[in-house]
Amino acid sequence: MTEILKTVAKMKPGDTGIIAGFTDSDLAVKLMEMGCLPGSPVRFNFTAPFGDPICISVSGYELSLRLEEADTISIMN
Amino acid sequence: MASSNRQKIALVGNPNSGKSSLFNYLTGLNQKIGNFPGVTVEKRSGYCALPDGTSAEIIDLPGVYSIYPRSLDERIVSEIILNHKSPNCPDKIVVIADATNLKRNLLLLTQIIDVGLPTVLALNMMDLAAKAGISYDFIALSKKLGIPVVPINARRGVGLEELKKIITQSSSLPAKTIFKVWDDAKDAVKELREQFGVDNDYEAYQFLEQPQTLNFLSKEQQHAVSDVRTKYEFFPGKFQGAETIQRYIFIQDLLNEVTLKAANLGWKKHSNRLDHILTHKIWGYLIFFVILFLIFQSIFAWAQVPMDFIDGLFANLSSSLHKILPEGPLSNLITEGIIPGIGGIMIFIPQIAILFAFIAILEETGYMARVVFLMDKIMRKFGLNGKSVVPLISGVACAIPAIMATRTIDNWKERTITIFITPLMSCSARLPVFAILIALIVPDEKALWFFNLQGLALMGLYLLGFSAALASAWIMKQIIKVKEKSYLIMELPTYRWPKWSNVGLTIVEKTKAFVFEAGKVIMAISVVLWVLASYGPGDNITKAREHVIEQTQNLRLSNEGLDDRIAAYKLEHSYAGIIGKSIEPIIKPLGYDWKIGIALITSFAAREVFVGTMATIYSIGQVDDSAEEGQVTIKNRMKAEVNPETGGPRFTPAVGFSLLVFYTFAMQCMSTIAIVYRETKGWKWPIIQLIYMTTLAYLSAFIVFNVFS
Repeated sequence: MTEILKTVAKMKPGDTGIIAGFTDSDLAVKLMEMGCLPGSPVRFNFTAPFGDPICISVSGYELSLRLEEADTISIMN
Repeated sequence: MASSNRQKIALVGNPNSGKSSLFNYLTGLNQKIGNFPGVTVEKRSGYCALPDGTSAEIIDLPGVYSIYPRSLDERIVSEIILNHKSPNCPDKIVVIADATNLKRNLLLLTQIIDVGLPTVLALNMMDLAAKAGISYDFIALSKKLGIPVVPINARRGVGLEELKKIITQSSSLPAKTIFKVWDDAKDAVKELREQFGVDNDYEAYQFLEQPQTLNFLSKEQQHAVSDVRTKYEFFPGKFQGAETIQRYIFIQDLLNEVTLKAANLGWKKHSNRLDHILTHKIWGYLIFFVILFLIFQSIFAWAQVPMDFIDGLFANLSSSLHKILPEGPLSNLITEGIIPGIGGIMIFIPQIAILFAFIAILEETGYMARVVFLMDKIMRKFGLNGKSVVPLISGVACAIPAIMATRTIDNWKERTITIFITPLMSCSARLPVFAILIALIVPDEKALWFFNLQGLALMGLYLLGFSAALASAWIMKQIIKVKEKSYLIMELPTYRWPKWSNVGLTIVEKTKAFVFEAGKVIMAISVVLWVLASYGPGDNITKAREHVIEQTQNLRLSNEGLDDRIAAYKLEHSYAGIIGKSIEPIIKPLGYDWKIGIALITSFAAREVFVGTMATIYSIGQVDDSAEEGQVTIKNRMKAEVNPETGGPRFTPAVGFSLLVFYTFAMQCMSTIAIVYRETKGWKWPIIQLIYMTTLAYLSAFIVFNVFS
């Protein structure tokens, strides 16, 4: 059974989720420093006009990420 | 006051936590900009009077989210804090944190605590926290962290006397360490501590984690670190993620215990509503372009009044001194070389002040982050940052403040590319040149109903510059290879009102930096060019009047006409004139003669000098090139000029377009070179830029000339 990983990049405005893990170890370290921790709730706020970058709420503040960066954060199903 | 008594206090904190406000409040106008050796980051430091009568040196370190650097510039924080043996090591560290955003802010704090220097937490933005309904038990917080905690509001100055008191008193190390070194790293850390004589565990741990950042480690020490690493299989980054998780667990527990009341739901709703408009598909960009236009218009037009004032001031000063001082080369140097040189530096102040006022407001309000957010996708394709837009647009007015504005771009590669391409955006100094040449060669007719041909030509030149800028950026993106991967991961701070004193201090700081640093270079080149244009070999210059009178005996010139001829003769026989004549073979393929050659030399000072030089060479004398009359005179004179080889006009369309293209691309502004030198902290980039732009100009002009003739 192939599971399509749900990532932050695939969320829609208003969605919330819990971070499960990361698919890029270099980015993972930076993202965690910025408060994106496994088990943390995250809310998808809005995107820039062309869909990239996006804005999420995590650890009490608003963080903007490129779509490719957001795609490395997997969300629990 | 012995300087050994003066404590050094480092100011550390997240971006957007109000660190600038705190620094400005503590140091006021006692700030100075210096250098951290080896990096382009500026060292902001200043003095603060403490309640016990001593003064402390406050050093503002770059805003960072973690002790682990995201960029080359951020390394300086680890470099300074971990070098306990250096005299530059701070005696105390004040960590500033945003009380409305405490969780993420505390990561850096717990790292700093573990480094083992006396630390104080300044909890800032207490007013915003109160409005949001947040409150903390400060005593419990202080106890659990093991360091003093001072709630402050750096904007209003609330709590700052208390902070100064605590700084004066507390010299004790943090009562506890937060992070516990992993079992499998304990031995490595122990051995490093023994070998290097390091005070505490985390410090040694950092030596092992990021030795490449710590330039103070000698070669032997670096070897020793790498030996310890291999011996205990301590790989860099192996533990970093887990360390971060461990710290956040501590932080979450801590916050659970000391938060008396969490934020009200929806306390950010005004900020969110603003974001809805400002990042909107249509409104977002519209508003952004209006703001850009406003910035451009103010540098281009509104700065004109103060600039004219400064111009007039120095012209008057020069002529008054000319009357007072005795005749001679020294007074000439002063009145014609130095005073205009200083005037040429001061004239940039209005534009710099206006641009930085805007930028400071954009940054202070939090809007600048939205600018990056809106422009990131497009800009990235060219190796640029979203923030590059402001310098690029400003460059259409003047490249000098624009290049200074690139400092807001953190990424070295993106900043350098932006600096490199900004002069290609056709600045306002090119306009007088464009105007004259277009008037000469483009008919004043309409095409396609209402498009004026001359207007179209002008637009074409601007587009040409803009395209060259983007193309050059793209090329540089491919060529410059850096190890730093580019990423965004950027905080969007809540919107807030700008603090006007911060804006004012920024203007003062930038103006001082320009005048004293770039100013030196501009002055030097200015004087050299003046000497070249005023003196020549032999007695041609000194006997100019006699020679010209002899030559023009039959012409019955008026006094004014005679003076104009003499000026032309002097210029022709000066060193600049000789150089102009000697480069004629090189510029002939572009369609130019030695007269244009001289103008090319003199307009290296500033592009608009071209028109004045042309006027002098053609014996029209000093003409006001901005006035209708003046332009008509020069234009007619140039139109009448004959090319001795062809018998036809000197300024054919081919020559005209060639010259236009040359001026679009060439680096003819000594002030730009000076500011690039200052901003890149070296001659390497200005020289590369000069060579690149000159080559581009030459080749393009060559192609255009040959295509059109």
